[in-house]
Amino acid sequence: MSDKTDITLTINGQSHAIRVESRRTLADAIREDCGQTGTHIGCEHGVCGACTVLVNGEPVRSCLMFAQQADGKQIRTVEGLADGDEMHPMQRAFMENHGLQCGFCTPGFLMLAVGVLEREPDISDHDLIDVLSSNLCRCTGYQNIIKAVRAAAVEMRQS
Amino acid sequence: MNAAAKPGLIGQSVTRKEDGPLLRGQGKFAADINFPNQLYMRVVRSTYAHGNIVSIDLAPALAITGVVAAWSFTDVADIPPIDFRLTRLEQLAAYRQTILAKDKVRYVGDPVAVVFAEDPYLAEDAAEHVVVEIEELPVILHADGKIGEFRDGLPTETALIEKGYGDVDGAFASAHAVVSLSLSIGRHSGVPMETRGAIGRYIAETDMLEMYGAAKVPHWNRDQLAKMFGRTAANTNLFEGHVGGGFGIRGEMYPEDVLVCLAALRLGRPVKWIEDRREHLIAANHSRQQTHHIRAAIDRDGNILAIDNEFFHDQGGYMRTHAATVPDLAAAMLPGPYRIPAYRVLGHIRLTNKTPGGTYRAPGRYESTFVRERLLDAVAARVGISGVEVRRRNLIATSEMPVTRALETLGTDIVLDSGDYPKLLDKALNGIGWDDLQTQITSRRKAGELVGSGVAMFVEKSGLGPFDDVRINVGTDGLVEVVTGAASVGQGVETVIAQICAEKLGASYDNVSVIHGQTNRIARGLGAFASRVSVMTGEATRQAALKLRDKALAAAAELMQLTADQLDVVDGEIVRLDGGTGPSMTLGEIAKALEPGGNLVGDGEPGLFAEASFESKHMTYPYGVHVAFVSLARDTGGISVERYLVAYDIGKAINPMLVDGQIVGGVAQGIGGALYEEFTYDDRGEPLAVTFADYLMPTAREVPDVEVIISEDAPSPLNPMGLKGAGEGGTNAVGAAIAAAIDDALGQPGAITQLPVSPQHVKALLNAKV
Repeated sequence: MSDKTDITLTINGQSHAIRVESRRTLADAIREDCGQTGTHIGCEHGVCGACTVLVNGEPVRSCLMFAQQADGKQIRTVEGLADGDEMHPMQRAFMENHGLQCGFCTPGFLMLAVGVLEREPDISDHDLIDVLSSNLCRCTGYQNIIKAVRAAAVEMRQS
Repeated sequence: MNAAAKPGLIGQSVTRKEDGPLLRGQGKFAADINFPNQLYMRVVRSTYAHGNIVSIDLAPALAITGVVAAWSFTDVADIPPIDFRLTRLEQLAAYRQTILAKDKVRYVGDPVAVVFAEDPYLAEDAAEHVVVEIEELPVILHADGKIGEFRDGLPTETALIEKGYGDVDGAFASAHAVVSLSLSIGRHSGVPMETRGAIGRYIAETDMLEMYGAAKVPHWNRDQLAKMFGRTAANTNLFEGHVGGGFGIRGEMYPEDVLVCLAALRLGRPVKWIEDRREHLIAANHSRQQTHHIRAAIDRDGNILAIDNEFFHDQGGYMRTHAATVPDLAAAMLPGPYRIPAYRVLGHIRLTNKTPGGTYRAPGRYESTFVRERLLDAVAARVGISGVEVRRRNLIATSEMPVTRALETLGTDIVLDSGDYPKLLDKALNGIGWDDLQTQITSRRKAGELVGSGVAMFVEKSGLGPFDDVRINVGTDGLVEVVTGAASVGQGVETVIAQICAEKLGASYDNVSVIHGQTNRIARGLGAFASRVSVMTGEATRQAALKLRDKALAAAAELMQLTADQLDVVDGEIVRLDGGTGPSMTLGEIAKALEPGGNLVGDGEPGLFAEASFESKHMTYPYGVHVAFVSLARDTGGISVERYLVAYDIGKAINPMLVDGQIVGGVAQGIGGALYEEFTYDDRGEPLAVTFADYLMPTAREVPDVEVIISEDAPSPLNPMGLKGAGEGGTNAVGAAIAAAIDDALGQPGAITQLPVSPQHVKALLNAKV
């Protein structure tokens, strides 16, 4: 399994030239090869969504994608959300609404919510909760996550 | 929403100090910690639930390039089994788990070997090349069945828990009626989103052993590791980074923690282990599984005269760090908020061939609250009164407080310190609009719907001592550092402790930082469990902050040629109480004057700091009411929790937003155990819930918008701020309340006798009714 391939991952606009085995997951490549440890791995079988990143604007479970499949694509992770000191409205809304406790699932929820709202800013509340039910959180009971995403959605629509 | 530094910070919902780095992806969880030249550990686990180890061949793994070492039991035979942290009973010692299985395996997941390799993928490959031959033995999967043999003639019934008081037999002999139930609670657990992880590192030049990825009880684990390796606490240190959820299971000492440290010592390289999710679901502590046979002696009005209970606790393969904690708490806390004149309980701790057990949020109480509240509902049905009325009749009155239970647990006597239980019941019923809810239920039933409501009450425990230490230091830059022996599992410890420190000292909230979980920063500490941090560390912080304030004012008085009582500390600045102007000083300037060689250091120790210890022999007892409203789908048996209310009296909330978060999150976990989550096994002991596709945790779809009433009627008399812990009340009574609501929706009192309740079960009950 030691055959490695040269690929380039573009994460938050920055190129990372890395050499990976074909079996290397995108999640591991982002974390271990590119040093972006904000993306977390919660189950490695695509259920919990902690590893959600945006690939060409679409929320993707990076544990279910091979790094090679992301070669040359635009990847966005939690590290790219804030503009310097200025947090993204979604990050701010999570803070103001106590949408996180331990914070482990948070990057996945942030990327999921941002990805969906950028694509579908006027998503119905029903569909929004459906989307959010695809990720798992063990601390908050979800209500504050839903409140935070609703609040950020309003702000994102206005901006 | 940053808080102004003025009195009143305690009780405000300030935003959390923890959030910034976590939201920016700058957290440092176990998997985020790396050291140069590190190795990766992979555990080879038993695929049999019970068997004799015939042989383990490590050679094929060792033959792989990049594999550095591989061990089985013979390589670690000098390391003692993992000891008990709480509720030690000496006869349990023989049932402890060794860090690798010796000659038998006792559950699927039991560690039998480990491999160490240059790369985690390679380590996983190598683990698959270890050849383990096991001769399969018959399994025990039911704690209430036949007693088997653990080894060497030791029975699988490891201990009996016996507690009680009063004349139970007399009460039953003279009772108007006896109500008997058999009830069971399913096997589920905390399952934090971050799996476990540990990184061991040995620094030869200073002879220092370090472990990263610690949580919950770093000091205890440090002392244990030092003891197991023949080292001292002084050259062993544990470091807690960010922790992705605790819930009881994380941070206890497990075989893997010992193995990474041992490997770091022996191999001379840092060793990293990150658990995968399948491993987590079969290797980390399970919890909850119990079967109870309970009887109540009652009078004609439904007053309980005595309770007699026998239960079986399914501990799994070994006794782990909690020893008898969970069944002991179940037994001791079962009487709850009711006046129970006589009580007897007999708990059987039984080993089975499943993953070993430990605590999970509201350990023993989720279980015994389900049992007790089912009993109360059965008593109500028996005498023909409502569930609310039977509780009112049996609740302890405020005038009876404090109540000594003649029971002990966790080394403390149970003394219910304060409470107005009937008042909280009223608050909960008013909060949900109980009468309106009953009207709605009546009309929806007329329309053919299956809807129902249920109420459950409980007493929690919190603030376990015996001590906590805090040291607060002010730097010459005016920044305040609070060093604690507490730990954080993600619940907001830094925020709460900073709020107390800032208010009591007079510092700015933003300038206070809180250190926890670092054994090299404070000599001793008890960590984060049993809802203890806000109470114990909180009170120690208050005391240290007040001492520090006095010290700062005395110094300022000298410098400003005033008396201390003319001065105050506000927002990190010394101000004159009379409003007079003139030169003012900051805490940082006072720290400078108190530096070694500073102009204020006389005979005393230099520096602007203070230390305090808070000691407590008794726990504090918060209490709560849960109200559930459910609807059932007639065609599928599907259960929907439409409304859920928790009223919880915690004496005093330091940060209501965080308390609300604890309660709502706790309810979600309780709903998991009531309706979805269960570790099931086939008849050979093969675990069937090994992914998140089989172990179903609630999502945003299943958890209702929980209504929360934070009540402060009964401050604890045991600490000046009146604090009681808030961590476990959201979970405690969920199984009980939902079971009552499902009964009500079915129109079948007492129908629900086990958790979790599946749609199939509800459907079967509906079919049986027709």
